[in-house]
This record gives sequence, structure tokens and C-alpha cells, in this order.
Amino acid sequence: MDSVTSEQRQTLHSTADNGLKIVVVGGFGVGKTTLVRSVSEIRPLNTEETMTQAGEGVDDTVGVAAKTATTVAFDFGRITLDAHNVLYLFGAPGQERFWFLWDRLFSGTLGAVVLVDTRRLADSWYAIDRLEHHGTPFVVACNDFGGPAHTPAQIREALDLADEVPLVFCDARSRESSKQVLISLVEHLRTVVAAARPTPHPIPEPTP
Amino acid sequence: MSRGRPGRDDSPDRLYTLTGGRSRAGSDAFDLVTLVVSESDPVAGMQSEHAAILRMCRFPTAVVEVAAGLGLPVSITRILLADLHDTGRISARHPRASYRLPDHDILEQVLVGLRNL
Repeated sequence: MDSVTSEQRQTLHSTADNGLKIVVVGGFGVGKTTLVRSVSEIRPLNTEETMTQAGEGVDDTVGVAAKTATTVAFDFGRITLDAHNVLYLFGAPGQERFWFLWDRLFSGTLGAVVLVDTRRLADSWYAIDRLEHHGTPFVVACNDFGGPAHTPAQIREALDLADEVPLVFCDARSRESSKQVLISLVEHLRTVVAAARPTPHPIPEPTP
Repeated sequence: MSRGRPGRDDSPDRLYTLTGGRSRAGSDAFDLVTLVVSESDPVAGMQSEHAAILRMCRFPTAVVEVAAGLGLPVSITRILLADLHDTGRISARHPRASYRLPDHDILEQVLVGLRNL
């Protein structure tokens, strides 16, 4: 253990009492950790979770319980919002096989940022589909890799994005740009919550 | 952290030893962002991971930060935290966000906080 690093670790206010979560999802190399690093007050940390699930279709030939352990690693950063609220940003892989872990790891998240590379839009289809299925509010942020310019309409069409889902452009290396992505997500959340107000109890579907 | 990814090179045997053979915490009380605060100092003879948690959490520290600091998977960290919680050595500040849509007031506070960055 690196004791020097531990001692220099920035501590939270002693009054901090409410942890909040936003998930940044996207394909490999799309800049999730870069975005987290841009806005985080701590150097992004990495941790992992190991989970077992009952094996399906696994041969149980030696009498060992048919369980498979899956490990998912994720990066996270932190933003102190005020004396009570602390926002944690989780960068998570968007591949299909991680989704059963997501449900458990990231339940209670405020919302999600789907970070996309416009040269590889298909990498985002699955993540968007799952977020819609779960009713998790999200925004789509196109990280600028200097590829050919696409119009928002082209990107929306390629992603089959619902009209109410915000689409923003960003440079994940820029703190200000990454901050704007988070702000656009929270503004979107506010709209979703306001629309849902008349019926506070059921989990509302985003209404157009 | 100077280490590589936590748990990756650890044998399951070692992780089981840390938790006295348990593979899951008694409850789901600890969210990833539950903030943990020490209520006592480490004492001699305490399991080193427990002592490390008490040192780490003199100020509020999220479960996921504790896991990263210990270099252990979150599930193992939860068990260690449950031990300390059961004996009153730590307290837990659970997230107020519900599993439904977030509260309007919380969102306003988040927006203000982000704009002030």
C-alpha cells in the first residue's frame, strides 16, 4: 500500500452524507476514463467486483457447483458538490456480458452518459437499448475524435435515438466540456422528473 | 494506487481467509456510494484490513473508495464493513437517492454544484 498516496488523499467534508451516482458507459477506448478524469477531484481509481451467477448450460461433470465467477473492473472519480452531496462517476464497459452486473452495481444511479465515437456508432447500440429497457434516463455524448463530421440528425438516425434524448458533442479531455455533458444530463433528469410529477409512485416512462 | 487491479492476482483462498469463509455480506446495506465513517480507532490485534478501514474512514469515505484503497473487490470490502458496522466501529451514511427517479431538490443541488465547478 502506498502510504504517501493514502495520506495525500483528498478527504471529504465531515458533513458529507449523500453519495450520488452517474454512470458513463461506452465501448472500449471511447474516452470514459478520460471524461471521468477531466472532472474528478481525485485521480480516477479502479476497483473491481467479482460476482457469481448460477451457470447455465455449463457441464457439471465433476460435481462442482456450476457457478461462474465474472469480474468486472470499473474506474470511478468523485466530485464534491456541496457540504452534503458527493457525486461519484463510474466509467463502465458497455459490452453485453457485463449487463447483469450493471443491474446490481449501478442500481440507484441518477442517470447515464453514453459516450460514443461517431466512427463506431454501432458500439453504442446495445448500451442504449439496455438503458431504454431499464428506464434509466441518459444523454448521448459524442466524443470528438476528429473524424468526419456528422450532423446530429445523422447520428440520431444511426442510433435510432428518441427525440427526447439529448445529444451533445464534447471533448472528453476538456474539463469544461465534460462538465457541460454532466449538466446536460442533470437538466434532462429534471425534465424527466418534472414530467413524471403527477404520478409520483410508478416508475414513469419518459414522455415525449 | 501503486497496485495493479485489485484482487486480480489474489487467490480465492486468500479472499476467503479475509472474510472468515463468507462470500456475501449479511445484508445489502452498503451501496457503492454509502459513505462510511469511523467511530473508533484501530486497536492492537485487530485484523489488519479492519484497522486499515478505520484509518481510511476518519473522514467520510465511499464504499467504492474503501475497496480501491484496500485493493480488494467490492464484495469482500462489504463483508469487512459489515463486521465493523455490526460492532459499532463504523457508521454508514446511506445515499438518499431512491431506486426510483431522483428527487427534484437533489437534482437542483447537483446542478448548482456542477455549475460551480
